[in-house]
Amino acid sequence: MASLRDIKTRINSTQKTKQITKAMHMVSASKLSKAEEFAKSFDPYSSKIKEVVASIAGSGKDAEHPMLQEREVKKTAYFVITSDRGLAGAFNSGILREVYRTIQERHQSQDEYTVITVGRIGRDFFKKRGMPIAKEITGLDDQPNFADIKDLTSETVQLYIDEEIDELVIFYNHFISAISQKVTQKKLLPLTDLEEEASGSSSMYEYEPNQQEILNVLLPQYAESLIFGALLDSKASEHASRMTAMKSATDNADDLISDLSLQYNRARQAAITQEITEIVGGAAALE
Amino acid sequence: MNTLTVSVVTPDGPVLEDSFEMVSCKAESGELGILPGHIPLVAPLSISSVRLKGENAERIAVSGGFLEVRPDKVTILAQSAERPGEIDVERARRAKERAERRLQAKQDEMDFRRAELALKRAINRLDVVENK
Repeated sequence: MASLRDIKTRINSTQKTKQITKAMHMVSASKLSKAEEFAKSFDPYSSKIKEVVASIAGSGKDAEHPMLQEREVKKTAYFVITSDRGLAGAFNSGILREVYRTIQERHQSQDEYTVITVGRIGRDFFKKRGMPIAKEITGLDDQPNFADIKDLTSETVQLYIDEEIDELVIFYNHFISAISQKVTQKKLLPLTDLEEEASGSSSMYEYEPNQQEILNVLLPQYAESLIFGALLDSKASEHASRMTAMKSATDNADDLISDLSLQYNRARQAAITQEITEIVGGAAALE
Repeated sequence: MNTLTVSVVTPDGPVLEDSFEMVSCKAESGELGILPGHIPLVAPLSISSVRLKGENAERIAVSGGFLEVRPDKVTILAQSAERPGEIDVERARRAKERAERRLQAKQDEMDFRRAELALKRAINRLDVVENK
């Protein structure tokens, strides 16, 4: 049996770990509520831009644009959103596993795909495996502004316009609730699902100067806003996931401490009993 | 006097929502003035300032935006939109100098275009602050 002092040390160290995980839990909880607020304030922009894009794309037969048309896919880009830091449960591992599996299934050689990563964990993962990374960004704020990732999004969309890539697929954790996030895969470019969404909006617009020009400006902005939306979604998921992970770590520490305390008390009682037996034995020997 | 509701929205959240008598802005194809009762219209905006006229007139520096007009409502969607008070003058000035330096250095066309856009944004911001 472990000595009294050994058990005491373990209890102490578990207690300290618990303090840390508890603090992280609370920090994540407050960050989560902020992230949800952020996602909410992005909502008006995204729904409006979607409405306008859909009504233009849906209205005219002459509304044609390379970003709306599927072309033969020679190179696919995977836009992967991970976090900078770990300790977030299955947040990163889930998404990286999914991306890795998809790439292995779909591509034979490295010329057929490239990866764009957000977050240090994702970048390190693909770098270690020697996979091509076209663009990366790390050290993003917990509450990112659009300006922070504007460069990355516009460069990514530019890659598609320049025909360096023929397809853009985004992977991120979709925030469902504080305890549930889902790894989501979405094909961002070309924009093919616009017509279905257009059915609701009936307003007809005048276009100044014309539809084509507007699409040229609007579609890249729309694609960028989709990426930003996914990023906000993923940030909320990250905080939620970290919160859950830290909550269960705290609970585990509690269990461990109560087990150890029991052991400690047993050992203490055993030591006392032994001492008494020894004294009684010694006294009996003197008589 | 008739008014129309103007809302300015960016990815970081709504910037402004209020009623005004007239919206005057610079679209890619030229100056546009919108009065209440305008037909529905969509137009991309150049990097410029939007002037909202009425009792509490405002000027807003926008970049990467477009304008959606309905008879009683104007929505401006922009990648960035700032009121004069929200603009970081020092930063805009630094951005302007940086862009000017880059424009002078010889380099490929892509960088040139980006520097040009950055310069436009900086000048626009400074302009809005100075003429508020």
